Amino acid sequence: MHDLDLSLADISKIEGKAACNVKVRNGNVQDVKFSIAEYKRFYTQAIRGKDIIALPQLTARICGTCSNAHLLCALKAVENAIGLTPTEQTITLRKLLNYGLIIRDHALHLYVFVLPDLFGHDSILDFDEKIPEEHKLLDDTFSVKSVGNNLSKRVGGRSVHAPFLTVGGFTKLPTTQDLQKSIPELQAIREKILNLMEILAQKDKKLNRDDIVFAGLSDDEYSFLYGDLKRSDGETVPSEKYGEFLEHKAIPYSHASGYKFAGNVYMVGALARLNLAKEKLHPATQKSASKYLNLFPSTNIFHNNLAQAIEILHAIDSSIDIIKKFEVKEEKPVIAPRHEGTGIGVIEAPRGTLYYRLEVDNAGKIKSGQIVVPTGQNQIGIEGSISKFLNDNINNLEEKEKISLEIEKIVRAYDPCMSCASHFLKIKWM
Amino acid sequence: MEWKNLLDIKSALVLQKKSEIKDLDVAFVEGAITSQKQEKKLLEIRKESKRLVAIGACACVGMPSSQRNLFDQMTREEIKNILIRFQYADKVKRLSEVVTVDDQVPGCPMDENIFLNVVNKYLKEFGII
Repeated sequence: MHDLDLSLADISKIEGKAACNVKVRNGNVQDVKFSIAEYKRFYTQAIRGKDIIALPQLTARICGTCSNAHLLCALKAVENAIGLTPTEQTITLRKLLNYGLIIRDHALHLYVFVLPDLFGHDSILDFDEKIPEEHKLLDDTFSVKSVGNNLSKRVGGRSVHAPFLTVGGFTKLPTTQDLQKSIPELQAIREKILNLMEILAQKDKKLNRDDIVFAGLSDDEYSFLYGDLKRSDGETVPSEKYGEFLEHKAIPYSHASGYKFAGNVYMVGALARLNLAKEKLHPATQKSASKYLNLFPSTNIFHNNLAQAIEILHAIDSSIDIIKKFEVKEEKPVIAPRHEGTGIGVIEAPRGTLYYRLEVDNAGKIKSGQIVVPTGQNQIGIEGSISKFLNDNINNLEEKEKISLEIEKIVRAYDPCMSCASHFLKIKWM
Repeated sequence: MEWKNLLDIKSALVLQKKSEIKDLDVAFVEGAITSQKQEKKLLEIRKESKRLVAIGACACVGMPSSQRNLFDQMTREEIKNILIRFQYADKVKRLSEVVTVDDQVPGCPMDENIFLNVVNKYLKEFGII
């Protein structure tokens, strides 16, 4: 039985700043506070009055990692607000851009943030080049990430803050020939991702949460960009109604608000998506990953890591398919009409469901906007998972350093993004 | 990859837990300064670094992080409670408003080629290559 006051100020290997405070008395966990420590940039206020054409590239700046997810979601919300239907080619190219993002973003999380935990290192840069397995993983880190980057660059002009995407289409189109260069690159990393899955399946930890629900957008091709919102308790919500089910929870010690979904603590992200729709994955992915797919649905939050690896494979297989059949044709962006309207955009960002609601005036300026990001939605669940772990294990853990590391691993499994979470959510004061 | 053996990364929370901001050759700092706590930390980093490089638009010019500086009175009122609650500074500053900045890598995202040039420049200056 022991007492503990732990103040973990800077959680490492995540996107942005987060902290955790723990209080234990006589072996009882009395208090756990997980808080997001990024300061706000007040995007909710800053977007008012901005033009619909400028908005997507501005809100993409909310995040340097998943900027293209913000871009795609904002474009969808703007186009819904003004009643613009993008062409089939635009939709296909946006899917490709997003698959590039999924590959790069999940790879960053798995190789750079998660793998060091599994090999007992502090950093991916500490991997020993003299040990063949570690040397290979170090090489794979950079090669997998660059294949995702290259795909997004070929489609959108840049892997982060893609400049060619605009309301109604693309200001510059890729060439068919250039896109095809991605096919051999994508094929070459398939084996690396299968290797990564095996490592995660063998070495990753276990923390079951039977008390939460999982939610995610799902369509027939697991595109991340379309479909209705499904929940693991069987409910389906049309994506444009998603916002009505979100329950805002003020967390006074955190820079970002938390959310519940129709009263439930829930989880969004790769684990949720796979739990809800693994049968929609690309057939080649289902075949190659069948051994690992048997582990889903899962309530082990560490399976979010394995789920991300499976999604990388799906992004690879889906992209190869699209590019093989695709011929880029000359096309100008559809001209955006300017009239009053409200538009909702919902997509699956790498870390989970991203929601935009925009009100536009008749001159095409933003009247107001609301943005809800995955990490805000997972915040209550992260704290709960830390509590559960401590309650189950506190009497077996002595050293503060070890406890801190275990807490960090749990936070990392959720792959949270603090820069996204803290910059626009409205705080309600208690 | 060839850099891995040339660089001794003392602090980079996104890559590693270990962090020692002491007697650095070069500090690469991203982001704008929005609170007194951040300003104090930047001053400490400057004190411990022979060279300091601003990385990306927010660090170099402040925007878009400093967009609240341009808010009208009504919008300022709206966000006032948050500013007080979490002890924000009155105004968001770019790095050069707080400390001497030796080099800038502008852009959002930062320009990769300029970054590579700056790193190579300092690898030479400190006699590493």
